Amino acid sequence: MSMEDAIMNDMTQIDQGVAVDELKMQARNVDVFYGAGGGTRSAEDMAADKAITHAIKHVDVDIADKTVTSFIGPSGCGKSTFLRVLNRMNDTIDGCRMTGDVTLEGENIYDSKVDPVQLRAKVGMVFQKPNPFPKSIFDNVAYGPRIHGLARNKADLAEIVEKSLRRAAIWDEVKDRLDAPGTGLSGGQQQRLCIARAVATSPEVLLMDEPCSALDPIATAQVEELIDDLRSRFSVVIVTHSMQQAARVSQKTAFFHLGELVEFDDTDKIFTNPSDPRTESYITGRIG
Amino acid sequence: MTDMPISTAPKRSLFAADARTVRRNRAERRFRAYGMAAVGVGILALIVLLVSILGNGLSSFRQTYVSFPIELTAERVDPDGNRDPGEMARVTTFGYLPLLATAFEAHLDAEGIETDMGVRELAAMLSEEAPAQIRGMVLANPDLVGQTIDAQILMGGRIDGFFKGRVTMESAERDRNVTPAQLELAQILADRGAVETRFNWDFITAPDASGSRPEAAGLGVAIIGSFYMMLVVLVLALPIGVAASIYLEEFAPKNRLTDLIEVNISNLAAVPSIVFGILGLAVFINFMEFNQSSPLVGGLVLTLMTLPTIIIATRASLRAVPPSIRQAALGLGASKTQSIFHHVLPLAAPGILTGTIIGLAQALGETAPLLLIGMVAFVREYPDLMSVHSNSFPLMGDGATALPVQVYSWTQRSDPAFVERASGAIIVLLVFLLCMNLIAILLRRRFERRW
Ligand SMILES: Nc1ncnc2c1ncn2[C@@H]1O[C@H](COP(=O)(O)OP(=O)(O)OP(=O)(O)O)[C@@H](O)[C@H]1O
Ligand SMILES: [Mg+2]
Repeated sequence: MSMEDAIMNDMTQIDQGVAVDELKMQARNVDVFYGAGGGTRSAEDMAADKAITHAIKHVDVDIADKTVTSFIGPSGCGKSTFLRVLNRMNDTIDGCRMTGDVTLEGENIYDSKVDPVQLRAKVGMVFQKPNPFPKSIFDNVAYGPRIHGLARNKADLAEIVEKSLRRAAIWDEVKDRLDAPGTGLSGGQQQRLCIARAVATSPEVLLMDEPCSALDPIATAQVEELIDDLRSRFSVVIVTHSMQQAARVSQKTAFFHLGELVEFDDTDKIFTNPSDPRTESYITGRIG
Repeated sequence: MTDMPISTAPKRSLFAADARTVRRNRAERRFRAYGMAAVGVGILALIVLLVSILGNGLSSFRQTYVSFPIELTAERVDPDGNRDPGEMARVTTFGYLPLLATAFEAHLDAEGIETDMGVRELAAMLSEEAPAQIRGMVLANPDLVGQTIDAQILMGGRIDGFFKGRVTMESAERDRNVTPAQLELAQILADRGAVETRFNWDFITAPDASGSRPEAAGLGVAIIGSFYMMLVVLVLALPIGVAASIYLEEFAPKNRLTDLIEVNISNLAAVPSIVFGILGLAVFINFMEFNQSSPLVGGLVLTLMTLPTIIIATRASLRAVPPSIRQAALGLGASKTQSIFHHVLPLAAPGILTGTIIGLAQALGETAPLLLIGMVAFVREYPDLMSVHSNSFPLMGDGATALPVQVYSWTQRSDPAFVERASGAIIVLLVFLLCMNLIAILLRRRFERRW
């Protein structure tokens, strides 16, 4: 079976019934620089500086509501960086500067009045490397609901924790040892714990950076099911190196290459009839 | 193409070690031997130190007493006859001395022990501190007046030394403070069971005593001084150090100024401690006019000295917390403060604790800066712990001393009995240090189990 056929096969599984809803997030003319120091230099100025890494170059992306958007592209092309633009996690990186506009439901998230802490409660994130807290499994999942006051009482909290663990397809494995440290789980289990932790805060947009890279096919299928399930209420943005996965779970796909957004379109269009030759060579495995 | 070998070296058996492996193994064995030798030297030095200190100092925890009945005649201890402690206090220790001397002589007579020593020479066998002790007993309990009590009387330092093997008949010949006759009498008393060498709590609780009565000198006041200083250091250095470290490590922008501060803190840790003493003298005593040689000033000086240690240790343990933990918390919508207090600090706590206790231990053993601010006072009386008057309150009042300084001042005294005392004080100091390390270990265990 050739690559093309495999993708075509997967395409048929996509639930085409869900209408692509109105706009959730919008990014316009985003540039990201690493190693830029703390100054207020203009984007042109920094782009010309050889010492500064220009990780994202003039990227425009629209994230629709109740939609799964996938970012694909070769390693180092800026997928994670752009994901972090969407919840201002780049703010926490020293020397990382961003220019351009990003809005969430019409509000500029980079406005000086916006508290990134509040933003990140709405735009949750699952990191590329699993990073559970060195606390119990229960406390890992309960942390978000606790600090945001999402549970009225203990029973409530326990319910949120159980539901989140179930959705992340890890409940059966950990239900008997919720008091065991989260760091004692296997890599794949840790990743699903992190997914459960992010889901527990009920974000409006969930950013997932290669959530399945450490998972076996069964857990992968379960996480993909979760993503599909989340789509009924949230927007999901997923970074993945698996073309099949992008084809299976997402309705929109963005292809990044060397910091540029090469192509952004409906997933079936990208995988069946890409308009840019670079996209075509990437999805057929010729570059990457 | 693919099955071309990478190297064309001849095939060799795994059972025969090649020259390279042999050399490598030999180097490893050699390195291990060096390591073991280094550890051995360290342990040997420790053993020598412990043996010498314990050998010299353990005996200071035991003291020689002689027991005989004393009649507390009313006309001597209470000339006014009204049992009023205020009036009775007018009788000084010199009033009690004859009481003791005659009682001792009478006891010898009653026991049928022949001696041609006079009362004065007999009294010299007892500690100069003994009359003061009897006087204290009487003042504390006026009902004793007129009674005959069976008292255990502290014996003089030389007699004590005789029973501990420090003083011999030959050395007594040359000694102006003791005669062979006194030693012989002491031996006779000991044979009859009147002399007892027992554990001496006073060494730990009593205040210092003058140079001529080493047998009565204790560490009580020095321990109190050290305790108050440690309290000051803990209360000031821990919060200031941790707060400064958290700010510098987590919040401060990385720029020239913070770099400068960082370099300065590292340098401060290497500044000789005596410099802090000069600083304390200039700032706290001359400028701020705190009482000289008060535990407050000592504590402040030691705080300055300990801060860099705590800051460096705290920053190192904060830095050791993986950044992914901070990101995870921030990504969930926790504020920076929340991420630090919920996740980073608990993980860094064992390191912070270790740093703090090391700093405290260092401060506990520090002598030089305390000498400079005059904390080498000779304190014969207990400070009034309950008084709130600022000048006599042990924290603020002057005339305090501390453990290491007490060791120093005892080694300066001429009576050889103080060598034993100083070693004993070192043992106490070491025990305190051991306790602090134990606490550090226990706390660290607890924190680690709780993550
Ligand atoms: N913290 C950082 N400091 C400096 N440069 C960075 C940092 N993070 C990323 N970069 C640079 O930015 C560029 C994009 O990195 P990014 O992590 O976004 O790639 P990616 O597409 O997620 O790659 P991968 O698929 O391997 O995860 C790379 O050139 C990288 O070297
Ligand atoms: Mg990445």
